[in-house]
Formats: sequence, C-alpha cells, structure tokens
Amino acid sequence: MAFDYDQYLRVDRLPHIWCPGCGHGIIFKALLRSIHGLEIDKNDLMLVSGIGCASRLPGYADFNTLHTTHGRALPFATGIKVMKANLHVIVTSGDGDAVAIGGNHFIHTCRRNIDMTLIVFNNSIYGMNGGQVSPTTPYGSFASTAPWGNLSVHFDFMKLAQGAGATFVARATTYHVKLLEKVITQAIAHKGFSVVEVLEDCPTAYGRRNKMRGPVQMMKFWKDNCVMIDALDKLPLEEAKEKIPIGIFCQTTRQEFTDEQHQVAQRAMGEE
Amino acid sequence: MKAETTKEAPKKKGKKVKGPPQIVVNTAFCKGCGICVEFCPKNVLAMKGAKAVVIALDECIECMFCELRCPDFAIAVYPAEG
Ligand code: SF4
Ligand code: SF4
Ligand code: SF4
Repeated sequence: MAFDYDQYLRVDRLPHIWCPGCGHGIIFKALLRSIHGLEIDKNDLMLVSGIGCASRLPGYADFNTLHTTHGRALPFATGIKVMKANLHVIVTSGDGDAVAIGGNHFIHTCRRNIDMTLIVFNNSIYGMNGGQVSPTTPYGSFASTAPWGNLSVHFDFMKLAQGAGATFVARATTYHVKLLEKVITQAIAHKGFSVVEVLEDCPTAYGRRNKMRGPVQMMKFWKDNCVMIDALDKLPLEEAKEKIPIGIFCQTTRQEFTDEQHQVAQRAMGEE
Repeated sequence: MKAETTKEAPKKKGKKVKGPPQIVVNTAFCKGCGICVEFCPKNVLAMKGAKAVVIALDECIECMFCELRCPDFAIAVYPAEG
C-alpha cells in the first residue's frame, strides 16, 4: 500500500536538496514509516540534527525540530530529554557529525544510556564539506584528502557504541529497506540509548571517487557484501571476514539517565 | 503532492483503489537515479530520459520495493483490490 508520507512532511519544502540517488531520502522515509507504525503523536516527537547533508532532514519533517551546530546535536538533544522526558527524542547525524566532530559527545551519550535514538547516516565521507576523509571512510578507499587511499582504519560503529555503553545497537543499509524500518522502530521503542548505523550511498562525494559511479552500483555493493549477523557464523571463515554484518548487535537493559535523575530529584525534595 | 504526475493519482492517498495496481511517478520529484528501475524484480519500470516510467504494469507483483527505495518521494504503488 502506498504510504502517505505527506502527513509528516513540510510538503512546500520539497523536492529536497539531496543529490540524485542519495541514501538520505531512503532513510528519511523509513524513519517516517517507523514513527507511523509506533503511532507516535507528532507533538510528542523531537527531531534534532547537527551539520551536514543529513542534518537538513529535520527541515523537511513536520515535527518539533531543531537544527543545531556541528557535532553538537547530542548535547542539545540531551538537554531536551532531561527537561522533557516524555518526548521521543531522535537525532539524525552524519558519520562525520557523529564520530569526528561529535565523537566525544557520542561516547558520553552512550555511557549515560539516556533514552534517545541516534540514527547515523554513514555515507563513509564528508559529503557536503567536499569529500574529505571521515573516521568511517573505509581503509584504502579514496577521498579528496586521500588521493592515494585512506591510511587510517575506520571506526567500527557497532563496537564503538557497545563499548561506550549504548543499550540498543544495530546496523542496516539503504538497500535493506525492510530491515532498516524494523531496526529504527525497535530503536525508538527501546528504553535507553539506541544507535542505528545506516550504510548508505553518497554517489556524489564517495561513489565517483571509488569506482561506483552511480547510486545503483553503491546499492548493489550493500546487496552483495552485507550479511545478517546471525548468518555470519554459517559462512566459511574466509568468506565471513570479507562480509559486512547487519542486523541487531546488542539489545540490553540497564539504568536509564532520566529515570535516575527523576529519583534523585524526588529524594532531594524529601519525597522519599 | 501538487506536482504533475505521469498518471492520474488516486484521490485519497493511503486508501485502496479498485482495479489493477496503479503506479504513480511524480515527474516533478523524480531525479532519475534509476534505483527503482534497477531493483524491480519484474522489470515493470524503465528510464525514459531522466525520469522513471511504467512499461509493464501487468507484471507488477506489488512488492513495493520501488516505492520503499525511492529517495525522492517520487514513486507510489497503489495495489489492486482483492
Ligand atoms: S553529497 Fe553525498 S551525502 Fe550529500 S546530498 Fe549529495 S549524495 Fe547525499
Ligand atoms: S511494486 Fe515491485 S514489482 Fe511492482 S513496480 Fe514496484 S518494484 Fe516492480
Ligand atoms: S527511485 Fe525515485 S527518483 Fe529514482 S528514478 Fe525511481 S522514481 Fe525517480
């Protein structure tokens, strides 16, 4: 059934500015379907972003929205969640925004386990800024600042998020759209800090430098190289090493920041 | 969306329409990326210039993948009833 996206869009701002075939639109649509599926009232949701192509997203969405500074979306979001714990707070962030400029904020938000959702639009590069290497640019691939190939090993978002203490950690791609919608839905419903990394195509800044001229080739790459994490064990070791795992990496519960804060406030006011 | 479409859009979005499936390409929004064409399992779609067009509607199995993967809110599939 055709989904009515218009009910969640600022339709007068469309078409959006993203390049032809850019994965951002695919993730955006999955996010809207997830929100719809969870029957969240528009007024009970806050979308926060930093700076970068992906950070334009809240401008197109008809929710409470906040477009903040580079790498600082999570601190802004934390402030909102602390004051208005009843809101669903969702942060959309590029890879550079989330783990380069905002890297420190990222680990500490994971550590706090505050009940918010971070969706990382991982296009492997700085798109809007001019195709520079980001901490998630794969080792050996090309960027405007790595014309002979990237010498630094890229971050594994899933390990980073789990190591820092996030309690829901998942990865999907723009090819695997149903999985994408499913993990975003679970991430929003999860009580605690949720991190969803989406491997997506940036044909403009990444693809053309890395022998993937168009969005179709990039989507095919996800199709051919990603494997559900549970199925990875069944592959021969040599083959498994080459694959990119997708799916849910971690789903656990522990004390959540706003709950604890509420309890402390009650104790301080002598109500306990 | 107010923009031009290649086919007449059903009046009410999100409601089932009678008859065969209807695929609506919003040509004002389509950026010609070709994703819908490439990953349609039944070759229902093709590129005509820089826009997606429907070439074999009868083959459509209503899997919805073209709509799900279009980054530009440019293609919608209204499955047939029954
Ligand atoms: S530069 Fe890349 S990430 Fe940015 S809008 Fe274009 S394709 Fe998307
Ligand atoms: S719904 Fe499926 S079969 Fe029909 S046009 Fe779209 S991708 Fe092709
Ligand atoms: S996926 Fe969307 S934007 Fe791309 S060619 Fe198809 S209808 Fe046009």
